[in-house]
Amino acid sequence: MANKVKCALIGSGNIGTDLIYKIQRSEFLEPVWMVGIDPESEGLARARDMGLKTTAEGVDGLLPHVKADGIQIAFDATSAYVHAENSRKLNELGVFMVDLTPAAIGPLCVPPVNLNELENTMNVNMISCAGQATIPIVHGVSRVQSVEYAEIIASLASKSIGPGTRANLDEFTYTTSNAVCKVGGARRGKALCIINPADPPMIMRNTIYCLTDDEPDQEAITKSLMDMIEQVQRYVPGYKLVNGPVFEGNKVGVFMEVAGLGDYLPTYAGNLDIMTAAACRTAEMYAEKILKGEFVLEGAA
Amino acid sequence: MSNEVVRDVIVHDMCLRDGMHAKKEQISTEQMRTVAAALDKAGVPIIQVSHGAGLGGNSLQHGFAPHANEEYWDAVAPVLTRAKMSVLLIPGLGTMNELRSAYEHGVRAVHVATHCTEADTSPQHIACARELGMDTAGFLMMAHLNTTAGLVEEAKKMESYGAQTVYITDSAGYMIPENVVEIITALRNELKPETEIGFHGHNNLGMGTANSIEAVRAGATRIDASVAGLGAGAGNTPLEGFVAVCERVGIRTGCDLFALMDMAEDIVFPMMDHIVRVDRSSLTLGFAGVYSTFLLHANRLGEKYGLAPRDILMELGRKKMIGGQEDMIEDTALTMLKERQATSAGV
Repeated sequence: MANKVKCALIGSGNIGTDLIYKIQRSEFLEPVWMVGIDPESEGLARARDMGLKTTAEGVDGLLPHVKADGIQIAFDATSAYVHAENSRKLNELGVFMVDLTPAAIGPLCVPPVNLNELENTMNVNMISCAGQATIPIVHGVSRVQSVEYAEIIASLASKSIGPGTRANLDEFTYTTSNAVCKVGGARRGKALCIINPADPPMIMRNTIYCLTDDEPDQEAITKSLMDMIEQVQRYVPGYKLVNGPVFEGNKVGVFMEVAGLGDYLPTYAGNLDIMTAAACRTAEMYAEKILKGEFVLEGAA
Repeated sequence: MSNEVVRDVIVHDMCLRDGMHAKKEQISTEQMRTVAAALDKAGVPIIQVSHGAGLGGNSLQHGFAPHANEEYWDAVAPVLTRAKMSVLLIPGLGTMNELRSAYEHGVRAVHVATHCTEADTSPQHIACARELGMDTAGFLMMAHLNTTAGLVEEAKKMESYGAQTVYITDSAGYMIPENVVEIITALRNELKPETEIGFHGHNNLGMGTANSIEAVRAGATRIDASVAGLGAGAGNTPLEGFVAVCERVGIRTGCDLFALMDMAEDIVFPMMDHIVRVDRSSLTLGFAGVYSTFLLHANRLGEKYGLAPRDILMELGRKKMIGGQEDMIEDTALTMLKERQATSAGV
């Protein structure tokens, strides 16, 4: 395909850098700009080496180039605190925003659950790595029978967690818990996150517990979960069921592992991949619509 | 009453927080009131009160207590005449909104806890506690999994965020006195003079009291302990035993030893579902360096899947699982079971 939608990446940390690899492989997306705040940062240097234009002036450094370079989609991998402002400035110029922070000002998206139901909006939120890894499972149970409560526990390798996530743990918790209900379909939800420094680093692990209202239909739930896992594996091949589902009374327990592709960080950082792969898949869906003229981006001007 | 109490060390009781783990989170508000009143009367200056995992602890992962933390604080606050209440906050589980609620319900001190290498997940929460005006401690858990130099670095981070005390937390009861002396001495040399140092021990190797005494001698001024040792694993440092040794060696705690001995015998021991002690499983925790709270989970899952709890705990130690990863106990048991079935099938 000759035409691709041009993209800017905001935030030159782990997530932004990994996104470059994912977007470069895309049929519909092309990475053009990388935005940072530190001229000395390794992330910006790496982006330049990979052929991107860079600015260390934050989003304001990108704004003058948006029209000239035809930027139509931006990915924000900074922090919940600055996202709203970044989004406002870029939306004004008609740039569609994919939010990888826990700010969650736009609709929440987990591709295999609700990508096809998302409307034409100017901002879509990817929740959190833990949300991307666990909500498909919660939905896999709740589409079979009603779930009164779902709880997810994400264990992440210390080396895969950058300063942004570390400074946003409360937001991570609230946004993920909320999404377990809104997207996962549980009536109440809770998210727990553990950062483990073991060396060699542990692969991202996720445990999902669902409490069903009635006795769980073991056969139907197991089948639904296997289908859902296959859906996720299409864009994250290292998404794997380790143990379960374990049924105990009305409790369903599922023990997952997420190995990454090893694009930027090694394969243990599945949390990075599932987030960037989900963001990329979401952006591709909008890019296809943009290219076909089904979704017209409008700036405020 | 007499003059102000003179203390060389502030003893901080853990019965009503760490002790929740030993009771599978099932302590009633009435029991809380009884224990808290006795601790207050015996002159224990700070009492931790909450779910075993602290703020946000009520969960399938950590068990559901019969009451919300707020109900426990409201039950305990009226019986305290001089002791203050504290709480545990582990970022990633508990949040600042819950900390604000704790303050509104009378909690005036907090342990902000991270794994011993992850202090940089705590700056928001430490700053929030200071803004509320709480007595704020940073709490470095599973401290045996970091080097002394590494612990100094993490402690300095917590100090820089505003922690007034930094705790070395031997969550696995793995340390022996020479480890404690080395670490506390290094912290005393490197932290600001006004920053207090604390030690939180577990008795899995029977070292709780000895470790705590050595910590004080090396410069610690805050010691966590619990009456009758009611706490995870083989329990916390038994508070009454620690106070007795302090009296012998001339460390002033301001606590009434006989009152503590009486409450251990008359109130806390009768509350126990199992005698909290060094036994095969809890000793394994200390030997393998495993989080003390894993004890009862491993015992239960060992029974469910026909595995020896010791084998499960040793495997968790080998995999370097840390506090908060209780879900990995069942996962590990299931994987061990699969491996054994494969072996016995002759694969």
